[in-house]
Amino acid sequence: MSDTLLEVDDLRVTFPTRTGLVQAVRGVSFSLGRERLGIVGESGSGKSQTGRAIMGVTPPQAEVSAKKLAFDGMDLLSMSPRERRALRGSRIAMILQDPKYSLDPVMTIGRQIVETLRTHEKVSKAEARERALAMLQAVQIRDPARVFDLYPHEVSGGMGQRAMIAMMLVTGPELMIADEPTSALDVTVQLDVLKILDKLVAERGMGLIFISHDLRLVSSFCDRVVVMYAGKIVEQIKASELRDAQHPYTRGLLNCMPRIGFERHPLPVLDRKPEWAA
Amino acid sequence: MTASVVLSRREWLLSDRPASRLQARLGRAYVAWRRFSANRLALIGMLIIIALLVVAAFADVLTPYSPTVGDLKNARLLPPGAAHWFGTDDLGRDIYSRVVYGARWTLYVVILVAIIAAPIGLLVGTIAGYAGGWTDTILMRITDIFLAFPKLVLALAFVAALGPGIENAVLAIAITSWPPYARIARAETLTVRNSDYIKAVQLMGASPFRIVLRHIMPLCISSLIIRVTLDMAGIILTAAGLGFLGLGAQPPLPEWGAMIASGRRFILDQWWVAAAPGAAILIVSLGFNLLGDGLRDALDPRSGDQ
Amino acid sequence: MSVAENQAAAGRGSARAVAIVSSLGRFLVVAVTTYLGLLAVTFFIGRVIPIDPVLAVLGDRAPTAVVERTRREMGLDLPWIEQFYLYVKAALRGDFGTSVLTTNPVMSDIRRVFPATIELATLGTFIGAVIGVPLGVLAAVKRGSLIDQVARIVGLIGYSVPIFWLGLLGLVLFYAKLQWIAFPARLDVVYEYTFTPITGFYLLDAAIQGQWDVFYDAWRHIVLPAALLGYLSLAYISRMTRSFMLNELAQEYIVAARAKGLSERRIIWGHALRNAAVPMVTVIALSYANLLEGSVLTETVFSWPGIGLYITNSLQNADMNAVLGGTIAIGSVFIAINLFSDLLYRLLDPRTKTG
Repeated sequence: MSDTLLEVDDLRVTFPTRTGLVQAVRGVSFSLGRERLGIVGESGSGKSQTGRAIMGVTPPQAEVSAKKLAFDGMDLLSMSPRERRALRGSRIAMILQDPKYSLDPVMTIGRQIVETLRTHEKVSKAEARERALAMLQAVQIRDPARVFDLYPHEVSGGMGQRAMIAMMLVTGPELMIADEPTSALDVTVQLDVLKILDKLVAERGMGLIFISHDLRLVSSFCDRVVVMYAGKIVEQIKASELRDAQHPYTRGLLNCMPRIGFERHPLPVLDRKPEWAA
Repeated sequence: MTASVVLSRREWLLSDRPASRLQARLGRAYVAWRRFSANRLALIGMLIIIALLVVAAFADVLTPYSPTVGDLKNARLLPPGAAHWFGTDDLGRDIYSRVVYGARWTLYVVILVAIIAAPIGLLVGTIAGYAGGWTDTILMRITDIFLAFPKLVLALAFVAALGPGIENAVLAIAITSWPPYARIARAETLTVRNSDYIKAVQLMGASPFRIVLRHIMPLCISSLIIRVTLDMAGIILTAAGLGFLGLGAQPPLPEWGAMIASGRRFILDQWWVAAAPGAAILIVSLGFNLLGDGLRDALDPRSGDQ
Repeated sequence: MSVAENQAAAGRGSARAVAIVSSLGRFLVVAVTTYLGLLAVTFFIGRVIPIDPVLAVLGDRAPTAVVERTRREMGLDLPWIEQFYLYVKAALRGDFGTSVLTTNPVMSDIRRVFPATIELATLGTFIGAVIGVPLGVLAAVKRGSLIDQVARIVGLIGYSVPIFWLGLLGLVLFYAKLQWIAFPARLDVVYEYTFTPITGFYLLDAAIQGQWDVFYDAWRHIVLPAALLGYLSLAYISRMTRSFMLNELAQEYIVAARAKGLSERRIIWGHALRNAAVPMVTVIALSYANLLEGSVLTETVFSWPGIGLYITNSLQNADMNAVLGGTIAIGSVFIAINLFSDLLYRLLDPRTKTG
């Protein structure tokens, strides 16, 4: 297995609308090893669509193109839909924002985890159940057997997101795309969920793409940070060197972060220059 | 030259900073029209309804024969042909002429039902929504009760008591079709009741009556029109059903449902007697359904997919 | 489980019990007021609108003595509210008076004819659901495609066609021209006298008794009217299914299901439709209620001896007791189905169980 897990070169995602074509992602390039990469940007910057394009779950009307989009040396765009599907959920997984909407409301949590497993591996029902329970344990759910039979609405947001992580990690994927995995959660449980995610990613040696609007979270959690603006990457930087970021947009984002002990009047306003998007 | 004028007029209409109320209104209407006219089926529906209006208005010009007096001696139950396009019925009347005149009765029914039922629903719904509390509970309970009734059967029972006739059929249909309008009007009222501009009017000392009449009712109109248009087909079908059962229009009125009923006796040998009026009902109902769908999609983009 | 958790669970349990009791209570209030409303309307139709209700019930040829007795029996000399009380009491006992036409109590007439209507409406709804649900799902999945357009046109025509007319044309084509089906009735005359129904649903009765010739004959009679009602129900069901499916397919859990690598088939039928199924049950129940009502016209066209034909025959003979009794019968079932579908919705959706 090569060192680079994912290679993205000139990725573009285009949506047809009533008024013409809209490019949500406009030539994004980066590569990823077994490391944690953060993608930061405001809403509408194309960060989520980048993640979904890699995953292959963009809406059917969207057009995805790239000079290169390769996972583990395999060209994702030239694959058949069937081959692509076999990768999804088994080697590449994805966590969505809000477990309230991203878990099927009429199926128990256990069945949803088992479903992922049995889609990709030939395992008996009993074994699938065992592994699902073990996975629930791994995301630090104390009473896995009880949670297994609960419906998503019967658990809290933090518990739901852990179930989501369990559902996506049960097959042991190598790359995980986490799309705002904690934004919909209470502040108090955000850290718990992040720790669990961090631990699992580290233990299993997975690559992680962490998509968020929260620069501080990303900088503390990831090895590298990609800053996106209007569908383009404006800066790629090591998380540890974020303080020395060059691009005015990144600097603007940094300035907006509140710091204890500093006078914040007047509140800083994020500068947006059209030439950054050009 | 002309192109630039047209373009600028379009820009004027689509401007996101309208300079006057008129411009804003026209702009909105233009956007709605563009959405509506992009829908081919909706345009077909509109054409059908326009055709219905034209046919009803010019029935005397369009018909070669009398709709009620036939030629019993020479023209009984003739099949469709050059002289009688849709054939003749058992009394020797030209079916084409009767179908054309029937357009008038269809319009008569749908317009009267709409005029009676829509205002009742509007009144009940806005009062319930604006007053709230017990008034709301009681009015809506009554509305729900009426909604839970089988409409056609109830209309049937009403006409049975009132006596057959097209006016009574209209009344019976109206009595059973107002509840959905009340529901819609109430929902619209609830969305605006607590808005700031209603508060402003209240502070200026407007009476509840005036607020409901001048400030709330007008806002309910557009969703009500969509719903009424969508209901037109159902009204036509119910009226035709009552006519078919002999409870609606009475002979010799050329009402389509009653014409099908009279053609029923000859259906196996002289199928054309019943065929033409039924096709007319189908086309007109289809027209109203297409038009209603198109209006809803154009005026209420939220439910565009429903 | 810790003590605190146990207590919390117990609290949840009793809150749940309260929720169930209160929703049952609301359900009862709605059921009772709706039924009283129905009776009030039929009371209004039967007693208030006619200038002389006795005349309306008996017709103008009844002898004076009978007229007087009926007047007393109906309590027409009492105040309105008392009359209504007696009316409701009688209705609750199932006493809707006597039919002038058949001279039987209206209730026993209704019992006799209702199974025919149920059989027809059930078969119709079955046809409508079996074809309508897949059609709606396909239309939603392949939105804007040919099948979506076809489903839309088929549905719109179903919404717009006068069913009695379509029935007549169907008779011309399938009975007179092609001779695929039997003449308008429930059974051939031969069998009317040799066949003893058990449940009143002839298809079922014939199958139970192993009389397959009767079954085939019953089938040849019911197939066209049931197909027509099925078409009406299909139009409604497919349209609603499409709209529910479009709604579900736009949800985030569908993206998650794709991310899990599930096949499209599994996503559509296993996840989206399972979620859409909850409101679909309501739609199918409502469509069944509508078919009961739609049977009035269909039964008239096909001489199908159900409640619809009973009402129209009574109408033609100014038999007001029978008309109103039939109205109440259809209305009651209609209301019951309406309420039942609401209850079923609550039962099927796991989200409402702990609410």
